[in-house]
Amino acid sequence: MAPDRPDRPDLTENAANAENVANAASGRDRLGPAARASLRWESGLGLLVIAIVIFGAMSSPRFLTTGNFFNTAVTAGEIAIMALPMTLIIISGEIDLSVASILGMSSALLGFLWARHWPMLAIFVVVALAGILAGLINGLLVTRVGLPSLAVTIGTLALYRGVALILLGPNTVSDFPSGYIGIGINPLPGTQIPWNLAIFVVLAVIFGIVLHFTATGRSIYAMGASQEAALFAGIRVKRVKTTLYAVSGLVCALAGVLWTFRLATAVQNNGLGQELAVVAVVLLGGVSIFGGKGTLAGVVLAVIAFAGLQNALLLTNFNQEATGIVIGALLLVSVFAPNLAALRRGRLPRWIRRRTHPGGAGGHPAPAVDQT
Amino acid sequence: MTTTVTERQDSAGAPPGTGSRKLTERVFRIRESGIIVVFVVFVAVTTAVKPSFLDEQNIQFLLINTTVFALLALGETIVVVSRNVDLSIGSVLGLSAYVSASMFGSHHVGVPVAFAVGLGIGLACGVANGLMVAIGRVPSLVVTLATLYIVRGVDILIVGGNQVNAQTLPDAFTQIPRATVLGVPYLAIAIAVVIGIGAYYLRSFRSGRELYAIGSNPEAARLAAIPVGRRVFTAFAVSGAIAGLAGVLWAAQYQTIDSSAGTGYELTVISAVVVGGVAIFGGSGSAVGAAVGALLLSSINSALNVLGISPLWLEAISGFLLLLAITLDRVISLRLQAALRRRSSGVGT
Repeated sequence: MAPDRPDRPDLTENAANAENVANAASGRDRLGPAARASLRWESGLGLLVIAIVIFGAMSSPRFLTTGNFFNTAVTAGEIAIMALPMTLIIISGEIDLSVASILGMSSALLGFLWARHWPMLAIFVVVALAGILAGLINGLLVTRVGLPSLAVTIGTLALYRGVALILLGPNTVSDFPSGYIGIGINPLPGTQIPWNLAIFVVLAVIFGIVLHFTATGRSIYAMGASQEAALFAGIRVKRVKTTLYAVSGLVCALAGVLWTFRLATAVQNNGLGQELAVVAVVLLGGVSIFGGKGTLAGVVLAVIAFAGLQNALLLTNFNQEATGIVIGALLLVSVFAPNLAALRRGRLPRWIRRRTHPGGAGGHPAPAVDQT
Repeated sequence: MTTTVTERQDSAGAPPGTGSRKLTERVFRIRESGIIVVFVVFVAVTTAVKPSFLDEQNIQFLLINTTVFALLALGETIVVVSRNVDLSIGSVLGLSAYVSASMFGSHHVGVPVAFAVGLGIGLACGVANGLMVAIGRVPSLVVTLATLYIVRGVDILIVGGNQVNAQTLPDAFTQIPRATVLGVPYLAIAIAVVIGIGAYYLRSFRSGRELYAIGSNPEAARLAAIPVGRRVFTAFAVSGAIAGLAGVLWAAQYQTIDSSAGTGYELTVISAVVVGGVAIFGGSGSAVGAAVGALLLSSINSALNVLGISPLWLEAISGFLLLLAITLDRVISLRLQAALRRRSSGVGT
């Protein structure tokens, strides 16, 4: 579905924002309504984080301890890391569902090569290259062949997980040296900060700068808001998107290595099904599934809310796997909130005023324009 | 994508112009027959290598394994054709499977009651999805991603650490997938009939055609006075009901159900639908194609077994097939576009 819907001005802020982001691309974002709307969403997320902290502190005395902070961060680390490139990809109007499979493939490759007595540094290089290659395949199929990213990455989701299966089969590899396993379970020397949190912070700063303070970042918003307009503005849409997918592959490979060391086990089903958790966190962060809208700060706040909530519910003996209910409910709130805001200001949607069902059939983060 | 979608619009929604009628027919032929040809060739090659692939027992096994899969593919097709997606079917299936099967142990109900319960659960989930997408005007990918988590969470809360075991299920229930007539499982016949009805509905009923029109271009469909919201709502309700029904059949087939039943199945079903030639952005494809897609994926699984190839290859092969299918579809539609352009310029001169 095209991200710009000029015939629905009365609908939600989403539609309006998609247009506004196009303006933002020309450098007027600081004062633009789009920026202000996202600020509101981010302040809402900030309040959510505070509420979760209060809830957690009240329900368990262990919630606000450094040990628990460490556990929370270390558990959510890989999902948080994968959410960063996913943010850029969704803002550019595409999606990558293969992230958790790339994680699993990297983990399997790491175990496969280690079992064959490769030196660890050489393995790191191979795993990084494999991640980049996996991302490049996604990117080239999306940009050069012109296929919808949703379909492509559902395909590579199966393909990369399949490669992990072929590499390791039912075997597990877990005889990694303790120095490397320490990366997964020990804090940085002299601190209480886990490695994967530190890596997340560094990457978040880098991705934030690229997205918000460079021409490339602005072009990502522009192509997400309207790919056709971005093409006419001379933006190298295909190249930027391919690069985004390759970077996503590399980052997911890194997440795969961290995941492997944290569990001290390389197994083919590492990270199975986590791709939807990554997408959910990004959307919760206020990024529009249609592209062109969202901030990295929002996603970082959503990551904190996600991790904190999961941990607080764990400490309250709530069935931990059922935390999905809360995640799902938050996700629904995140998409319905803009509509409710419109209602409050009296901008009623047409379907209420006319009592008919024009409905909304929008379903996909669609690449709206043929790139040829 | 605009160009492909526009071109498909001719084949699906609007009455085709006289000039493009032949081409339109060709699109349909290619879309439907392509996957069938692949399937036939695949079966022929596998049988040539290993004749036991077409044993009566193996065919029965294959058909039974495909029933739930193909049924879900039908529901997903109805949704995808309207340019939406339903990611919640795996979770709905899991919830329906556990609740309906546990009714036998706790309430000693009859088989029809279990089916009614499963269908009701699925319908309720589908209605919730449909209401949020159609009236809330929220992208279906996000809504059904959320309900995927919520329904699975509810399932986990209900199930806890329990599971339904085979011995609590009555024979009348567990025999459903096993009963055969002339060697063909009853269930496979029933599902084939259901898919046939679904395909006929999509192809020939006004509201079915309107789903294609919505999928081709939602704005144009709205301007053409098609009740977009109502149609999309119905599509989700049907998809949910089908997922609920599939959950009961899943329970009858696997008999041991815990809270993880059907986890991740949604993406497998979408793969089958796309391999079967349904365009992921709607407006094109058929229920028969999707069913053959499901049949192809599960016969690959079966063939790997028969050929003695490690089943570990299945995942990679099905992923590769999906990529191949959409790439071929893209190449063909580009070629058709070029042909159309040549033809129209020929008319102009």
